[in-house]
Amino acid sequence: MGKKSDTELIIGGIRIDKRLPDQTREIKMKVGNILSANGSAEVSFGNTTALASVHGPRQLFPRHLQESQTGILRVRYNMAPFSVDERKSPGPDRRSTELSKVIRLALEPAVFLDDYPKVTVDGFVEIIQADGSTRVTGINALSLALATAGIPMKDLVAACSVGKINGTLVVDLNGEEDNNSESDVAVAMIPNRNLVTLLQMDGMLTKEELMHLLDLAKKTCKKIYEMQREALLEKYKGEE
Amino acid sequence: METYALELIRNGKRIDGRELTQFRDIEIKEGIIENAEGSAYVRMGNTQVIAGIKMGVGTPFPDTPNEGILSVNAEFTPLASPDFESGPPGENAIELARVVDRGIRESKSIEMEKLVIAPGEKVLSVFIDIYIIDNQGNLLDAAALAALSALLNTRIPKLDAEGKIIRGEHEGKLPVVHKPITVSVCKVGDKLFLDPAKEEETILDAKLSIAVMEDEKICAMQKQGSEGIEFDVLEKMVDLAMKKSMELRKLVK
Repeated sequence: MGKKSDTELIIGGIRIDKRLPDQTREIKMKVGNILSANGSAEVSFGNTTALASVHGPRQLFPRHLQESQTGILRVRYNMAPFSVDERKSPGPDRRSTELSKVIRLALEPAVFLDDYPKVTVDGFVEIIQADGSTRVTGINALSLALATAGIPMKDLVAACSVGKINGTLVVDLNGEEDNNSESDVAVAMIPNRNLVTLLQMDGMLTKEELMHLLDLAKKTCKKIYEMQREALLEKYKGEE
Repeated sequence: METYALELIRNGKRIDGRELTQFRDIEIKEGIIENAEGSAYVRMGNTQVIAGIKMGVGTPFPDTPNEGILSVNAEFTPLASPDFESGPPGENAIELARVVDRGIRESKSIEMEKLVIAPGEKVLSVFIDIYIIDNQGNLLDAAALAALSALLNTRIPKLDAEGKIIRGEHEGKLPVVHKPITVSVCKVGDKLFLDPAKEEETILDAKLSIAVMEDEKICAMQKQGSEGIEFDVLEKMVDLAMKKSMELRKLVK
């Protein structure tokens, strides 16, 4: 979103942080970093860092929220006041309410909660540093946290942003690119099933551009998925 | 009722006898609220939505000193459904308002730079309030249509010498130059359909709402629903939304 400005974001095919159009920032993943949680993860894309933890399955109160046939997933996405240039006043706002919902919907297709009637699995995403693409970073982290919490899952969910800056189609927008983009698109996928579980777009694109971006997103999600697998294997390989 | 609707969709039929890609009858009434700067009532089948526009004078955001302010809010009033409760907007109301907002904002539908009174200090603000009167399905498409229709008949209030609004007096119309149309494409199994009735909403796997411009460019999208969408189906959904948007745009004056 944000304002179109005359900012030069790509010079000679190179982006402001020295990346190529289809290159992500450095991605770091760590799982099991929060001991008090049933599952947790930390994921960074460049200077965007998301912490995620999962509490549950646990009893859901008040009782009227319980589902007799299945457990439910609840998600809270939040940005720390210090995560952005101008202090963000703490607590939920309209943006975080919407993002909490779409992150939940992005992960719901991947979890099996049928064996947990009347309980809740609570996922928390805290953005501790924001430099664009926070929702997708949060999804990658929460997907790992759910897996480490032992929640039965069909597969992991991988997510990335794609968009159009200075007329060029790119992957993984940083904050400045995001603020000056002609369009940005957030995508989450269950890569092995070719299932898209999150898709949000704003800006202005032709259908051809959109299809091209979706292809880029699909390829990038596959790469991220492999990294998520690695991160999980890394954690558990020494524990036998 | 829900399983019946599901059974029908799987066989390519609708609970009210419509084709899969057929909308219910749409009625639009413009300028229904005299006290509002702009307004519209939209009835889509039995779904009823009112959009009212009020304008005010405000301080521009620091990052857009040369543009007016746009704000979209949605109220799921308790009268519209037994499922709506009074109180602050819930996540569905907030999502709906934000998706309508993005369609209008990203399309550059309103010429925001023409709403500046003093750059960086004083601008006109446009408040779109969406009121759900009866929820019988497909609130988003109805709300987006109501918001656009209301914008198109919005009059700019007159200002006095001190820059305060003189209520009831107007000078000129709000400059609205594009007409983005939002079409939500619903999916159950391998079936795609449009304009879900309330019973159909409870059984859909996923929904992709797409805001389409006059020249078929896309300016906003939002995936909803608790199942994923197969990657290869996305293009079909986009095509369907593009086609239907042309039909709906004819209804907007």
